[in-house]
Amino acid sequence: MSPQQDVQDWIRKTIANNDVVLFMKGSKQMPQCGFSAQVAHILGLLGVDYHDVNVLQDMGVREGVKAFSNWPTIPQLYVKGEFVGGCDIVREMAEGGELQQLLDSKGVAYDKSKKIA
Amino acid sequence: MAMDSGEIERLIRAKFPDAQIEIRDLAGDGDHYAAHVVSSAFKGKTRVQQHQMVYEALGGRMGGALHALALTTAEA
Repeated sequence: MSPQQDVQDWIRKTIANNDVVLFMKGSKQMPQCGFSAQVAHILGLLGVDYHDVNVLQDMGVREGVKAFSNWPTIPQLYVKGEFVGGCDIVREMAEGGELQQLLDSKGVAYDKSKKIA
Repeated sequence: MAMDSGEIERLIRAKFPDAQIEIRDLAGDGDHYAAHVVSSAFKGKTRVQQHQMVYEALGGRMGGALHALALTTAEA
């Protein structure tokens, strides 16, 4: 099996084994890019329990997840194995309450008292 | 590695001839843009699919030559 195939399998397993996965630059505690920080901030505000993958630690994953999602940039958010989007989409969805609806429909717990303005 | 806003518009226009396209240079540095694209081609597509279509129009420049393009899309 090629290394690329291994990475694709690893990504597939990661999003299958974790309800919410954020592929990001840096960690949720210490984001290293403004766009990643914005999504981590939104998930943090909503009190969503999520798994962070720091793509800066692995060039194979950094490029691999772009191919996996057919999406050219990082961050990338997955909920229950489904690609939700990058920073622009997540922010737009959170502001419109759509992200919260998505979490509800997928049965993912979050803090319903929080509003994203 | 910066890109001219006219070039961004031209690439998007080539794929979406009917589109209403607004591009703003956010930082005045030719490197951080916001684009709003409204097109009938987005009808019936999810937001992810709409953005993927715009990224395709940009032909691999997104994330490369074009570092930061805050994108919003809507159906015409």
